[in-house]
Amino acid sequence: MFSGFNVFRVGISFVIMCIFYMPTVNSLPELSPQKYFSTLQPGKASLAYFCQADSPRTSVFLEELNEAVRPLQDYGISVAKVNCVKEEISRYCGKEKDLMKAYLFKGNILLREFPTDTLFDVNAIVAHVLFEVKYITNLEDLQNIENALKGKANIIFSYVRAIGIPEHRAVMEAAFVYGTTYQFVLTTEIALLESIGSEDVEYAHLYFFHCKLVLDLTQQCRRTLMEQPLTTLNIHLFIKTMKAPLLTEVAEDPQQVSTVHLQLGLPLVFIVSQQATYEADRRTAEWVAWRLLGKAGVLLLLRDSLEVNIPQDANVVFKRAEEGVPVEFLVLHDVDLIISHVENNMHIEEIQEDEDNDMEGPDIDVQDDEVAETVFRDRKRKLPLELTVELTEETFNATVMASDSIVLFYAGWQAVSMAFLQSYIDVAVKLKGTSTMLLTRINCADWSDVCTKQNVTEFPIIKMYKKGENPVSYAGMLGTEDLLKFIQLNRISYPVNITSIQEAEEYLSGELYKDLILYSSVSVLGLFSPTMKTAKEDFSEAGNYLKGYVITGIYSEEDVLLLSTKYAASLPALLLARHTEGKIESIPLASTHAQDIVQIITDALLEMFPEITVENLPSYFRLQKPLLILFSDGTVNPQYKKAILTLVKQKYLDSFTPCWLNLKNTPVGRGILRAYFDPLPPLPLLVLVNLHSGGQVFAFPSDQAIIEENLVLWLKKLEAGLENHITILPAQEWKPPLPAYDFLSMIDAATSQRGTRKVPKCMKETDVQENDKEQHEDKSAVRKEPIETLRIKHWNRSNWFKEAEKSFRRDKELGCSKVN
Amino acid sequence: MGLSAAAPLWGPPGLLLAIALHPALSVPPRRDYCVLGAGPAGLQMAYFLQRAGRDYAVFERAPRPGSFFTRYPRHRKLISINKRYTGKANAEFNLRHDWNSLLSHDPRLLFRHYSRAYFPDARDMVRYLGDFADTLGLRVQYNTTIAHVTLDKDRQAWNGHYFILTDQKGQVHQCSVLFVATGLSVPNQVDFPGSEYAEGYESVSVDPEDFVGQNVLILGRGNSAFETAENILGVTNFIHMLSRSRVRLSWATHYVGDLRAINNGLLDTYQLKSLDGLLESDLTDLAILKDSKGKFHVTPKFFLEEANTNQSADSITLPQDDNDNFAMRVPYDRVIRCLGWNFDFSIFNKSLRLNSGNAFGKKYPLIRASYESKGSRGLFILGTASHSVDYRKSAGGFIHGFRYTVRAVHRLLEHRHHSVTWPATELPITQLTSSIVRRVNEASGLYQMFGVLADVILLKENSTAFEYLEEFPIQMLAQLETLTGRKAKHGLFVINMEYGRNFSGPDKDVFFDDRSVGHTEDAWQSNFLHPVIYYYRYLPTGEQEVRFRPAHWPLPRPTAIHHIVEDFLTDWTAPIGHILPLRRFLENCLDTDLRSFYAESCFLFALTRQKLPPFCQQGYLRMQGLVSTESLWQHRVESRLLRDYAPTGRRLEDSSQQLGDQEPLGSPLAPGPLAQSVDSNKEEL
Repeated sequence: MFSGFNVFRVGISFVIMCIFYMPTVNSLPELSPQKYFSTLQPGKASLAYFCQADSPRTSVFLEELNEAVRPLQDYGISVAKVNCVKEEISRYCGKEKDLMKAYLFKGNILLREFPTDTLFDVNAIVAHVLFEVKYITNLEDLQNIENALKGKANIIFSYVRAIGIPEHRAVMEAAFVYGTTYQFVLTTEIALLESIGSEDVEYAHLYFFHCKLVLDLTQQCRRTLMEQPLTTLNIHLFIKTMKAPLLTEVAEDPQQVSTVHLQLGLPLVFIVSQQATYEADRRTAEWVAWRLLGKAGVLLLLRDSLEVNIPQDANVVFKRAEEGVPVEFLVLHDVDLIISHVENNMHIEEIQEDEDNDMEGPDIDVQDDEVAETVFRDRKRKLPLELTVELTEETFNATVMASDSIVLFYAGWQAVSMAFLQSYIDVAVKLKGTSTMLLTRINCADWSDVCTKQNVTEFPIIKMYKKGENPVSYAGMLGTEDLLKFIQLNRISYPVNITSIQEAEEYLSGELYKDLILYSSVSVLGLFSPTMKTAKEDFSEAGNYLKGYVITGIYSEEDVLLLSTKYAASLPALLLARHTEGKIESIPLASTHAQDIVQIITDALLEMFPEITVENLPSYFRLQKPLLILFSDGTVNPQYKKAILTLVKQKYLDSFTPCWLNLKNTPVGRGILRAYFDPLPPLPLLVLVNLHSGGQVFAFPSDQAIIEENLVLWLKKLEAGLENHITILPAQEWKPPLPAYDFLSMIDAATSQRGTRKVPKCMKETDVQENDKEQHEDKSAVRKEPIETLRIKHWNRSNWFKEAEKSFRRDKELGCSKVN
Repeated sequence: MGLSAAAPLWGPPGLLLAIALHPALSVPPRRDYCVLGAGPAGLQMAYFLQRAGRDYAVFERAPRPGSFFTRYPRHRKLISINKRYTGKANAEFNLRHDWNSLLSHDPRLLFRHYSRAYFPDARDMVRYLGDFADTLGLRVQYNTTIAHVTLDKDRQAWNGHYFILTDQKGQVHQCSVLFVATGLSVPNQVDFPGSEYAEGYESVSVDPEDFVGQNVLILGRGNSAFETAENILGVTNFIHMLSRSRVRLSWATHYVGDLRAINNGLLDTYQLKSLDGLLESDLTDLAILKDSKGKFHVTPKFFLEEANTNQSADSITLPQDDNDNFAMRVPYDRVIRCLGWNFDFSIFNKSLRLNSGNAFGKKYPLIRASYESKGSRGLFILGTASHSVDYRKSAGGFIHGFRYTVRAVHRLLEHRHHSVTWPATELPITQLTSSIVRRVNEASGLYQMFGVLADVILLKENSTAFEYLEEFPIQMLAQLETLTGRKAKHGLFVINMEYGRNFSGPDKDVFFDDRSVGHTEDAWQSNFLHPVIYYYRYLPTGEQEVRFRPAHWPLPRPTAIHHIVEDFLTDWTAPIGHILPLRRFLENCLDTDLRSFYAESCFLFALTRQKLPPFCQQGYLRMQGLVSTESLWQHRVESRLLRDYAPTGRRLEDSSQQLGDQEPLGSPLAPGPLAQSVDSNKEEL
């Protein structure tokens, strides 16, 4: 068998050598390195033999390799000979000719490398590449293998219904990774499975045979059945738990203890022990450990040397895999009770596998930032950037001085900037040829100093430069519509000075700024008597502050009383013209601080029963009231609207924010409904969402008509606590979506292993030679070794290093025991 | 012109004061800040003091700035690069490759306007420094040689004492803070029998004609030795170079003070079997003897001791008499000493306790990492003489390095004496990744003064915001709060640039195969200069942590560390290769989710979760959400990062399909395990 020691070097890029050259191999494709790497397909295994083009000799090896092409193809492994040519330098192509290696890739990930002398004939090639997954058909074969490996190695025995189906593939893939550590045995015979006492024989089975521990050859190997379905990930997790120590003794706070089990999502069971009963407790614990193998980690907790207190009568401590859940102290006097407690409380995390990436798991190298990912995917599309003026250090000042300009400050490498740049270009497209405002942009990655001088320290930032005014930062949504509105509304300056009653009426009716009320559905008119100086100033300040968001005007002529009388407003006052509804409201101005006026106006912009959209939710959200949302597939039914507006007027809904959501305009609303309902009742649906305290969601019974009486009744029941919520919104914090590379551990590992690492003493002769040869060029690689052992992804936070360390330890053992 | 402008300004008042005050001797003129020397470092400090509106004066012995450069380097070629083109517009970035300019706000004062040569002429430096002082109107008192510096204790003084400077005319100046920027001005001499026969670099002829047909021995192996050799290589019989240690090549050590490739022509000819050669021996063990023909012989000193004379070479036994293949058996016509320079300690009174450093840094005064003298508070060493802080490590002994350390010293003093906290930008946490990416890609101070100056990010409570401090001397990290006036209560990041730990060194093969790593997971093994981010949950203030940090660690052991993988173009903006791993690191340090989201996603979260990610909180909920465009929206659906919620295709008017038959909600954007993107195979070979 292939020495385990070599596994350790997987992934280390060595110089690749070859002395053989045979020009007339037929079925063995010959490729250049570049060509070869371009043919690699994700998930597909491929064996490549790197040859120097000028190698003079023909070889037995190439003949054997040629013969191995077909059998390996049956396992879906392609074989190729790669000719290293001078023009294409691959790191697998070496300079020296006395080392020869073949490499096994999965996709384009290097799995293993083989010195060619270990691949001495076609069988050796196939066996090594497949890691000797032994195929057997009867019980005798199994027993023979079992006997042969007692005291030496463990066996992974699996039954699959047929070769080539996904379960088979999963086993083979596990064998790729663990084939040097465990003997993989495979059968498709139901009879064999039955004969070892399995039930439910219609499904695939995988057993772990604990043969290594068996010293007495007459003894049977213990078996652990994997209970999860046969997928690569499940097998991987299962093998990991098999590798973990059966029983660990601890003397620390169970809350703090963490083992590989927790990281794999398995609970921990602590058997509490004291000195007096230690031996018996240990036996019990071992017994429990065997029963729970693969389901939970079992530890022996030494109460006497424990610093924290645990309840006196507790003999079992149960720790769930979920973080932050307190441990449970239990009194269980029967082993079976312990087992059943664990089995009933086990939380098996369902990790979904992706078909194409079943070896990968959640990959921390995969972009999970939607903005970054979409911008990246869109990077090759050409934007009509020429519609905006690109500024530089030289042109910036001259440009913004010469004309009214909007400047987008962005950074070419920042995703949010680049996403917004698209909207910005859309604005330019829409405004093309119509606006006096010059649309410009400056890339702060190039013109860092300009941006700093303009006080821009984050991206993206939009500023408006107008002659004689201080630059104004845009504070609205980073999207086409809102920015367009801002630019359009800024065509005039605010507040507009209205000089006659007639003009005021035109202003209020929307006639005066016909083309602007598209962008601001409300016009505000401040009414002041000519003497109210400070009030006028404050209003002007507020109007200026709101410029670009809402139209404001001011009227303070001598005849202002005519207006105030007409609209029943005592001075100073605001008139609010809602153009869509054709209504004019008046609001008295009690306080005249600019800030208060801004607040009054922004509050007044809110509607009583708005259609909630992605754009306007934040304005309603900040009211901190539960949302009463009517989900409607299309425009809201006028009767429902009427009913709710009636309730609003009757003050039934003061403590809520009533609104409706049009799924046609806001398709993401379906995602919301799906979070609330399962199954989804027919629309329309009226829902009360307590967003700010508790997160409960209540649904108005869908069998009731949405009429005032029913609503009132429902609200009363709600108030009385008689309604049950249909769901509670998760209160989960936003934690890091995935772990980061733990470089500190890697550095530590490298430091500690450089000191302790020794070459296993009993190695195969070829290994020793090879090792000698490689020593000098290996220098740089030594540092890398412990980490790159497995290029399989790290499943858990900080587990990466442990994984490597373990396999290192394993390799050391195997270097001695498994050589044959 | 500049000269005549400066002289009338400073000449007469100085003279008048001298006349007026000399008899009184009581109240010498007092300055808050005095700078000794109008070389690059002195002018750089003067610039910052001037911009801050401080009371200062610069004293310069010569009539113009940069007098060192009027004579040195002897062969007039500066070996600091003047890279005028980088293909980039970013002025800050371009300073990474401009080794001659001083820092200023005036783009005209960039060295590239003064020379077109990649290795410029020293005269251009003199001209540049003169313009720098004149254009910025720096207050320099020329022709003022400070002959003596002493201390005067005074409780009222900022530092408990004043520095008393006496010039050549006996004029006294009193200073609260003293900056010594006098460089290294004393040629280093090694004492051995016959050392008097050696000509010094400072005075040796630079005319190759004087060396025609001669055998030349050069003592020393620095840039000045090789520069001298280079000049005469073509006319001599041979040149032998002798020094204690093996030659250190700057491309192997990544230290610009070591032998630069531009000067190493002799190495080339030595290794290509011409007659020139390198020899290693300790100079103090040797003796040079002169024979009757006036030629010089090299011999170990003990031969001389045995003979008990120090007579001419003809009378004593030489090594070649016993050992006929002794390397230096040929007599030399000339011996040239090029052994470097030392700091001039002579003008400083003992009371200042300005001492030289340890054996390694004997030529430098002993200072702290804050550039303040260990002997007296308020005395700072700037420029070349301050190189003991990073000798053979970074660029602090050179213009392109000390222009930043000078700024750091200025910032420290602004806080110490004027209550101006260290400048910082406060930003929301959503800008954290970007602000780091921005700096590592453009900051020149970090790049030039790698390992010495580092950016520091101080987190605010609950990690919702942070303060970004630039170019803090990292060896002073433990005193960060007192030195900067900022609080580091809630954890901090330090952004440092580093070479691989075992990459640089005089005997290292820096061109070995696989010297660079490409995989993000191997980033910690990066060899070329790359950004490293340290995270500390608490400011490491303990003596233990700071002083006894692990060997070869520039900083105390952090809670977590991140290396941004080295980049061939030093452009660390790759979305997957650089920014993504950085974000993951920051997220895991702060235990939060730093992804950015479109408004639509924030909307969904706002109505289906009780908590929102920071990006939605700080953007969307403040009505500044990011709206996606149509084409980006399509990519979102394709990337499976967002589900298409429209029942049939995107936002179609007619929807006949039922909602119920869609798969259950499992938005990959949700916190927790994440579904895979389809084409995630970004592994490389």
